Amino acid sequence: MTTMTKIHLTNIDKPGQQSLDKYRERGGYKALEKALTMEPLAIIEEVKTSGLRGRGGAGFPTGMKWSFVPRNTGKPTFLLCNADESEPGTFKDRLLMERDPHLLIEGMVIACLALQCHLSYIYIRGEYEFVANVVNQAIEEAYAAGILGASVMSKDFALDIHVHMGQGAYICGEETSLIESLEGYRGYPRIKPPFPAVSGFLASPTVVNNVETLTALPWIINNGGAAHAAMGTEKSKGTKLFSVSGHINKPGVYEVELGYPLMDFINNECGGIRDGKKLKAVIPGGSSVPVLTAAECVGVLLDYESLLKAGTMLGSGGMIVLDETTNMAQTLSVIADFYAHESCGQCTPCREGTGWAAKVLRNLLAGKGKKSDINLLLKIADMMEGKTICPLADADVMPIRSFLTKFRSEFEAYCTE
Amino acid sequence: MSEIQFSEEAKRRFDTILSHYPEKRAALIPVLALAQREFGWISDEVADYVGQLMDYPPADVLSVASFYTMLHRKPVGKYHLDVCRTVSCWLMGTYPCVDKIKELLGVEAEEITPDGLFSWNFTECLGSCGTAPAMQVGDRYFENLKPEKMSEIIEQLRKEDESK
Repeated sequence: MTTMTKIHLTNIDKPGQQSLDKYRERGGYKALEKALTMEPLAIIEEVKTSGLRGRGGAGFPTGMKWSFVPRNTGKPTFLLCNADESEPGTFKDRLLMERDPHLLIEGMVIACLALQCHLSYIYIRGEYEFVANVVNQAIEEAYAAGILGASVMSKDFALDIHVHMGQGAYICGEETSLIESLEGYRGYPRIKPPFPAVSGFLASPTVVNNVETLTALPWIINNGGAAHAAMGTEKSKGTKLFSVSGHINKPGVYEVELGYPLMDFINNECGGIRDGKKLKAVIPGGSSVPVLTAAECVGVLLDYESLLKAGTMLGSGGMIVLDETTNMAQTLSVIADFYAHESCGQCTPCREGTGWAAKVLRNLLAGKGKKSDINLLLKIADMMEGKTICPLADADVMPIRSFLTKFRSEFEAYCTE
Repeated sequence: MSEIQFSEEAKRRFDTILSHYPEKRAALIPVLALAQREFGWISDEVADYVGQLMDYPPADVLSVASFYTMLHRKPVGKYHLDVCRTVSCWLMGTYPCVDKIKELLGVEAEEITPDGLFSWNFTECLGSCGTAPAMQVGDRYFENLKPEKMSEIIEQLRKEDESK
């Protein structure tokens, strides 16, 4: 095991960390005290200096996202915490909220100071009710202690934070869909522009940040943006949480400095492949990113640019490990079923394409496929890619194309003619 | 006016939910979740009632309810088992567990046992990939499932019901 600096998981396993007392005893809310002495723009500058990028999946620079919010529009500004965590293979935000809820609240208050936001919501997926209970309790404690409410830490700054529960829809993790859902509608993604920074929740300036992004803020304020930027690689600063699942000896959530070698991570941190089997493939960033073969994993570093160079993406850091026994055709079929189920149905290429691809794959597995079906699937992928309002169709295209291209013979083996 | 009514406690909860939003419409989904908790599922009658409370036509309420998989448009058992079939759970053995559930309960997906106690269905990723396979029952997760653990879990739920 390495002894790298931790930003998110420092106190994750410590007893009683959910309580305000223990959180404070371990240095909690010191960053907020410091942030309260800073100008809002100085906080934004610090986050820009840190190089922090959105940890939900897109990797957009957080400070830059914040700086798009227009000032003095006469409308309120909203901060929405995206805790809809639904990308298959991802379970890090759940851990952060369950074990260290005040870290999220502190991060959110800091973000609200920077954005001059006075009303904020945590959009938690409905399935995480037991997680929401922990967060709600922490919010109650924060109100009672004067950290939230009419005057944050006795300063002239009012802030309310509420938990808003989703009710089961993957698409609501997409930020404009999340906003629609929060407004009380079907979670149909919106056409951009306007971007949420200009017109989001209730047509007001809105920033949507992931739980992991927000929980990096207390560390950045305490240690300075430069200290954060000193960690990681040229374009990937700081640390990243990886949720590791599948055929691995020690599944779980790990925090490593960006730029950590993928194979060392799997073998040293995660205990290697289950039952002494050989690695077959890795989906490094949630099921929506292209799969890497075992050979392709060699030499790859866990950061935005190295994974991009390898033909995949860091995504949410939801790493799914597949051993040599994995049937890749069946795996792709399960993945394709997910996207077909979760398509919101708004855009024709996605509504029809995800369902069509899933059907072709099921047909293939049932022994009723033809060799031409493989090219048909690739054609369906071409017809969906880049032709929809949100990235859900592309999220289906990436596994379809990468599985079929890299493991074509396994699909051909199912073809009868 | 609707025949059904929220309990006093649910009415208080309703007021609290509304107080969290600058616009009433934003409370619709949490109110639907509250209604499901009260009445078991979102029937046309429940949608009517929610529409009255929220000042929206029932068709609008139903268009929203039908989008979200956790809002049931059909009755479910008192204990509804949502079993994750997404990639990590599937890799770790969703289907052997589902076979066991079917054998123990004697019902297919979306059917309810004759005593009204149980129903089950597949669900997509629960965010429990590191503790796969997993299922959700109400506000609880059961994780690291194995076929041989299923009868124990179902017995536990049965006992919970008896002691209520």
